[in-house]
Amino acid sequence: MGKQFLKGNEAVVKGAILAGCTAYYGYPITPASEIAHAAAKYLPLAGGTFVQAESEVAAINMVYGAAGAGQRVMTASSGPGISLKTEGISYCAGAELPCVIVSITRGGPGLGNIGPEQSDYNQLVKGGGHGCYKTIVLAPNSVQEMCDFGLMAFDLADKYRTPVIIAADGFIGQMMEPVNFPEPVKVFPAKPWAIKGTKETRKNVISSIELDFDDLERHNIKLQKKYAIIEEQEVRYEEYRTDDAEIILVCYGIASRVVQSAIDNLRAEGIKAGMFRPITLFPFPHERISQLCDKASNFLTVEMSNGQMNDDVRLSVEGKKPVHLLSRYGGNVHTIKEIHAKVIKIMR
Amino acid sequence: MAKDILRKSEVFYDNFDRKPGLDKMTTTYCPGCGHGILHKLVAEALEDFGVQDRTMFVSPVGCSVFAYYYFDVGNIQAAHGRAPAVATALKRANPESIVIDYQGDGDLAAIGGAEILNAANRGEGITVFFVNNATYGMTGGQMAPTTLIGQQTMTTPKGRTVANEGYPIKMSEIISTLKAPVYVERVMLGDVKSIRKARKSVRKAIQIQIEQNGFSFIEVLASCPSNLKKTPIDSQNWVREVLQENYPLGVYKDISAKFVSPDKSKTPVNYKDLPKVLNIEETNIDKNRIAEFTNKQFHEQFKIAGFGGQGVLSLGIVLSEMGMRHDFQVSWIPSYGPEMRGGTANCSVQLSSKNIGSPVVDRPTVLVAMNRPSIDKFEDSVAENGYIFYDSSLIDIEPQRKDINIIAIPATKIADDLGTTKVANMVIVGAIIEKLGIMSKDVVLDSIGEVIKKQKLININKRAILKGVEFIQNLTK
Ligand SMILES: Cc1ncc(C[n+]2csc(CCOP(=O)(O)OP(=O)(O)O)c2C)c(N)n1
Ligand code: SF4
Repeated sequence: MGKQFLKGNEAVVKGAILAGCTAYYGYPITPASEIAHAAAKYLPLAGGTFVQAESEVAAINMVYGAAGAGQRVMTASSGPGISLKTEGISYCAGAELPCVIVSITRGGPGLGNIGPEQSDYNQLVKGGGHGCYKTIVLAPNSVQEMCDFGLMAFDLADKYRTPVIIAADGFIGQMMEPVNFPEPVKVFPAKPWAIKGTKETRKNVISSIELDFDDLERHNIKLQKKYAIIEEQEVRYEEYRTDDAEIILVCYGIASRVVQSAIDNLRAEGIKAGMFRPITLFPFPHERISQLCDKASNFLTVEMSNGQMNDDVRLSVEGKKPVHLLSRYGGNVHTIKEIHAKVIKIMR
Repeated sequence: MAKDILRKSEVFYDNFDRKPGLDKMTTTYCPGCGHGILHKLVAEALEDFGVQDRTMFVSPVGCSVFAYYYFDVGNIQAAHGRAPAVATALKRANPESIVIDYQGDGDLAAIGGAEILNAANRGEGITVFFVNNATYGMTGGQMAPTTLIGQQTMTTPKGRTVANEGYPIKMSEIISTLKAPVYVERVMLGDVKSIRKARKSVRKAIQIQIEQNGFSFIEVLASCPSNLKKTPIDSQNWVREVLQENYPLGVYKDISAKFVSPDKSKTPVNYKDLPKVLNIEETNIDKNRIAEFTNKQFHEQFKIAGFGGQGVLSLGIVLSEMGMRHDFQVSWIPSYGPEMRGGTANCSVQLSSKNIGSPVVDRPTVLVAMNRPSIDKFEDSVAENGYIFYDSSLIDIEPQRKDINIIAIPATKIADDLGTTKVANMVIVGAIIEKLGIMSKDVVLDSIGEVIKKQKLININKRAILKGVEFIQNLTK
């Protein structure tokens, strides 16, 4: 496969098509629009469907329909559009429909701006919609990962019959890097539960309603079991110089790229800093962070939000070590300098 | 047509096993409810046309949410108002299928207004059954957008008023103004005669989907005895006498005689052809040609700034693309957001022999300034011993720093002499490559054609790069 220099937003579409995605339904919003542009260009060429929906609400419900029909289907949006999609994501989770939703997070709240933020962590990771559901959340920090996760997301979605969210920020979507493309997926899981307008699928029903209290309780317990298996099997993370680290900086997405540079500078000055990057935000790598508590004396989350992930790190650390926070907002990305200064301040 | 309209259609389950509780024989509908009657008409038609296996039924949120208890077809239950969106995707996934979109008036005309309008406007090949019972049945008789003026409901206890709620919405009239719908009719379930008429319309609407893949919309005036607080007979009379008065029956649109469905067929692509389709086939770079450059340890951080339209973003992309062809680590990131609107643009590019952490460039080793504000803004940020390349044909001041290398290059003038100022950015590319010596000029010139999309511009871009190279060579002579 070839190597190509392209935007994160385009890479995720190409990865998805290589994964056998045949339908895209979406509504334009900066900084996610290039995803729709690429889908509009490439999906019809690949024999697939692209429809610009009348709203994000319609788009996610089209995704619900396509997933119900057994297609590999995706949508993408940002902030306000993700808010509109949450009801539909809850329906997909309830009806156990596999699908992929890409969030290119922008500045909030409200209309905010189109700069990169990580302020939708809670919405994406904690199940922004109603009901006791979770979605698998993958957080890429490079254009290569946008492509790779575009591919992986569909496998995870089908494996667990669940929506999977790719949670990137505006910078990861907008930046360009070289990508090595994986081989196209050739074998797809059977979906005997789907409805396709055929004799074989006639008895199937796709629904999230369970009128009977006990039936709905059983359904919820089944979902929770599924999430427990996901927590057991699908945790992914990356560590950078954590072996002997006294302070561990926890971060994801574009922030992790800046932190990595900051760590090198700190190490050059003899400060034992390391980076821990959750790749799956759900399932969150609680166990590994808890282990790291034995060695590190301090944790610092570097987030383009008010510390929404910081809560999860605290849950892992269980009060054993201090968990500090360095926030930026409004489209601003941390500078290496300010990360450096914060670490020095903590370690003195 | 089936001979006996009272016989249970084959398309209904014999026992409603999906229904919770002990009673698996009766429906969830109240006696005299319009849903029950319409279900029969739809089921009968699906049976008669022999399309049971092909049919997928989208049930809405409303009293008919449980249509899947009864219809022995593929079933999917949609969020409130979104049935047309779900139906759209089902139909597109399987164009041969028969998709029934069944909705109430709150579902379709209130919360789902956008979805029905746009599905109709796209001309989706689906059949819509729209039950207008002038109320929200399921939630206990609140006002619907179709509730009549003066009609009392739980949320219009003194009757609907024009002042507070506006007029009832007439969906058939609205849908019929759109170009794509093939067949739009309003019918009623008001007495035996009108039910027979409705039956014909139901059949025609489904037939249009089967034979012509067109969009049809049947509005069905129906009774909700429970919320009208009338007996089944009285409420049917009310539909016939009062509701019909306000919602004239009839065909609002019918272009079925001459409708030809646009070709919606798709040709699936073999996975082997995907790399070609996605434009990600292998590019071959001769390793010998870049060998001289791949052993060097370096890390250059570029900030490239100017007015929008000067090609600063593409200058960065060309440097990056060329860096990639030399097997360097590469990243490019644009400034996007409010700055772009003001007419200025900048991007950050990194080329490195080792992994790139942050793609954001705060302290550039190379600043490319294509206009004066870029010098003002970024001069101070340039790293010690770094470079500023600036377009001296447009910038009338000189950078003040003494600890960096300053290269004034009249790029716009050189480009203009070549025939277009548009390639000033490529003149600077040439200068950078010559000055920094991190890339092979031949590789750059040979592969520029892969980066410049417009074939006829390749030559002039090459010449501009060469001019930039020569400019630096002449400086050092
Ligand atoms: C987003 C959302 N809002 C509100 C509801 C509650 N709700 C359920 S049914 C219904 C009204 C349905 O009325 P209509 O479409 O007229 O159908 P009918 O019950 O009369 O057949 C409402 C408001 C819901 N389920 N979802
Ligand atoms: S409440 Fe009205 S619409 Fe609902 S089932 Fe009863 S009669 Fe039918």
